[in-house]
Amino acid sequence: MEHSMINLTLKIWRQKNAATPGKFETYPVKNISIEMSFLEMIDVLNEELISDGKDPIAFDHDCREGICGACSMYINGRPHGPWHANTTCQLHMRAYKDGDTIVIEPWRANAFPVIKDLVVDRTAFDRIIQAGGYISVNTGNAVDANAMPVERDNAESAFAAAACIGCGACVAACKNSSALLFVSAKVSHLALLPQGGPERKSRAMSMVAQMDKEGFGSCTNTGACEAVCPKEISIENIARLNREYMMAGAVSDK
Amino acid sequence: MKWSELFTSSIGKKWVMALTGIFLILFLIVHVSLNATIWANDGGKMFEAGAHFMGSNIVPRVLEIGLMLGILLHIVQGIMLELQNRSKRKKGYAVAMGNKGSKWYSRSMGLLGTLILLFLIMHFIHFWIPNRSNQGWLLGPEISLYEKMKEVFQVNWVVLLYVLGCFSLAWHLLHGFQSAFRTIGVTNKKYLRLLNVIGIGFSIIVPLAFALMPISFYLGWIE
Ligand code: HEM
Ligand code: SF4
Ligand code: FES
Repeated sequence: MEHSMINLTLKIWRQKNAATPGKFETYPVKNISIEMSFLEMIDVLNEELISDGKDPIAFDHDCREGICGACSMYINGRPHGPWHANTTCQLHMRAYKDGDTIVIEPWRANAFPVIKDLVVDRTAFDRIIQAGGYISVNTGNAVDANAMPVERDNAESAFAAAACIGCGACVAACKNSSALLFVSAKVSHLALLPQGGPERKSRAMSMVAQMDKEGFGSCTNTGACEAVCPKEISIENIARLNREYMMAGAVSDK
Repeated sequence: MKWSELFTSSIGKKWVMALTGIFLILFLIVHVSLNATIWANDGGKMFEAGAHFMGSNIVPRVLEIGLMLGILLHIVQGIMLELQNRSKRKKGYAVAMGNKGSKWYSRSMGLLGTLILLFLIMHFIHFWIPNRSNQGWLLGPEISLYEKMKEVFQVNWVVLLYVLGCFSLAWHLLHGFQSAFRTIGVTNKKYLRLLNVIGIGFSIIVPLAFALMPISFYLGWIE
């Protein structure tokens, strides 16, 4: 592709902290190479803001290669921007034309309160994982990796579910602010493998209980989560979690 | 899981919506089949025989109580669910996601359900309430529902409201039918594909048949 430079108008949500109400600020950015990544474009803007003595835009990022899930941005009405199965850090400026206006908002959900600008607090996900996203392993020598047979289809589905990077785009996209795609990916990943067997029932129940406590909404199968998930986590996992939860709940003593 | 979690936990609520939804789908099959007897065009003989059985026999009348409870549960839980889900994002987006990733009718189950509810209130006022009150709410003599239909479906705007009610039902089912089976945990791709086809067929055929009933009376296709 021919190398070219574009000029854009950015409308970005600015908010000092959780307690103060925020608002949109408009920033023109000039001479953006279409080979830049979206975050590099924000870096360029931040350099300008800093040299002007202004507060740079706070945003989450870490790996910048689509594997950590940190880069949460809701771009022109879609989490992670316009590309399918993609993270914000892997979005490139060739997705835009000269003169475009781009509106950038933080993830919106009561369970993900804004910390500053585009940074939201996603520790609710950590607490859901702590509630049951683990397995018990005996100490001592590591067992041979092939000692435990796993059915091939289950191994594939478990692996696909394990690809979830915990970015929260599913919550950001859902009209109900439901975290069920995330939780179902984590539950499915372990429920499909023999290693996840011992805590299978308690896991489904405690992770869902924690999810509800964190203030996420209730899933109604709209499919928006699956459409924006950078790792293409399937809503089949949600159906599996519905089953896991009811099977565990129906036989529990309490 | 405590029993109360069927109404408080996010997945418990889903199950209640799905099971009552499937129950209402089964009811619709009975309702549309019985009403289709109007097209026998025999002056309402076959229809009245069916209606008489449903209204005067103790068994369908006891089952009717179950139906009412099921509808009530679906409606109350549905309204609560919609309100609670709406409260989970106090600060919304400036740019809406719209149809990027989901269908408008999948996002509008609360609205479509409310339209169905308004339709149901009108529908009850037209048929169920006059008939049951004539029966003294027990097993007394019924009114002729066939004659009642003839009378009600003479008015053009009433026919229009019935057709609109059927549209709401069609969109509600287009999402609801397949969604209900996902909710009760069907992950098998073979069955999901089959249910998807059956769901689309059901969502079109059943509301269409219902909509054709007032139209048939209005246009004088049946006497
Ligand atoms: C004969 C009438 C009706 C039928 C056959 C029906 C059927 C269904 C079905 C099958 C579902 C899907 C459940 C699931 O996704 O697990 C559903 C969901 C729902 N219904 Fe109804 N329904 C009817 C009337 C109503 C009424 C009157 C309301 C009232 C306000 C309503 C509100 C809702 C809501 C809010 C949902 C939740 C959306 C979801 O989970 O997908 N429905 N319905
Ligand atoms: S399911 Fe997808 S969208 Fe949701 S947290 Fe995991 S990777 Fe992100
Ligand atoms: S910064 Fe790690 S996925 Fe985007």
